[in-house]
Amino acid sequence: MSFCVWPWPPGLLFSLAVPTLQETIQLDETGLVQALQRGDEAVFSAVMDWYSGSLLRLAMAYVPSRAVAEEVVQETWMGVLEGIGRFEGRSSFKTWLFRILTNRAKTRGTRERRYEPFGLAGSDSEGDEGPSLEDSLFVAEGSGKGHWIDPPQGWEPDTPERALLSKECRMAIEEAINGLPDNQRQVITLRDVEGVSAEEVCNILTISETNQRVLLHRARTKVRRVLDPYVHGGKT
Amino acid sequence: MDRNFKQQLMAYMAGNFTCRETAELITDYLEGSLTLTQRLRFQMHMGLCFACRNYLRQIKYTVATLRKLPSEPVPAQVREELMKRFRNWKQEQSSQASSSDS
Repeated sequence: MSFCVWPWPPGLLFSLAVPTLQETIQLDETGLVQALQRGDEAVFSAVMDWYSGSLLRLAMAYVPSRAVAEEVVQETWMGVLEGIGRFEGRSSFKTWLFRILTNRAKTRGTRERRYEPFGLAGSDSEGDEGPSLEDSLFVAEGSGKGHWIDPPQGWEPDTPERALLSKECRMAIEEAINGLPDNQRQVITLRDVEGVSAEEVCNILTISETNQRVLLHRARTKVRRVLDPYVHGGKT
Repeated sequence: MDRNFKQQLMAYMAGNFTCRETAELITDYLEGSLTLTQRLRFQMHMGLCFACRNYLRQIKYTVATLRKLPSEPVPAQVREELMKRFRNWKQEQSSQASSSDS
């Protein structure tokens, strides 16, 4: 209960406002879990709308087709319903949710013969060591050794908006992500596309912080290269 | 003379990192996982090298672009199916609860 009569500081006016369902999902995790345990349909529906897109995107990094990825998302939500009664809050709800997805997606991916665990598949660990940028980009010898041969150009501050306005560029980015080795794709999808924190990504994918950074760096380097001609060459 | 010395000193310190090394450390820098010495050298190099500054900015814009990618659309029938399953689950839950009560 609030006894504040005068709305000062001004922000208080907003803090007194009733939070929307989506704000509740993000802020009040205990309330969210309790509502799901009670079987609150409105909350389930809102949580599902909030996370399903992200889940689908991540599932696609494990299984070969979108249809299978959609099934994995369905299975994940069923897993949530089965497990929500036992959820103890040792990890955040989001981490827990994504963990359910990765476990189901791995099982499906193995069955569909695409996914192999970290470090085992040849294609997965390919290129995880050594520099992410080719030797040909840098001066090989002499006083300027290790410096750019063709220095990177400046991108305009409105690059993200301009890039995404062009359908062609958006498709190129999606293709670049799809073409990454699975483990790089999983990391960049969670970190950069979905905005999950580094710590949570390590928990979700059960990888070390160092490994997370290496994979993220390689993935970002590749996506940047794809983006470059669109934003720099004035193609957008 | 003094200025020349300062320039040489800066070039020496920044010279510890080439553009290539700096570019490879960008994610570590953005993630805040460089050691103090590495960070100082990184920043020193950035201060002197416009090409690496551009490259850092490009990586930042790449991340910002990825963050703004439209969300993957979930088909309406998947959503409906899930809501149906949710209602079934809820019914089972309540029938289980009532049978355990009686």
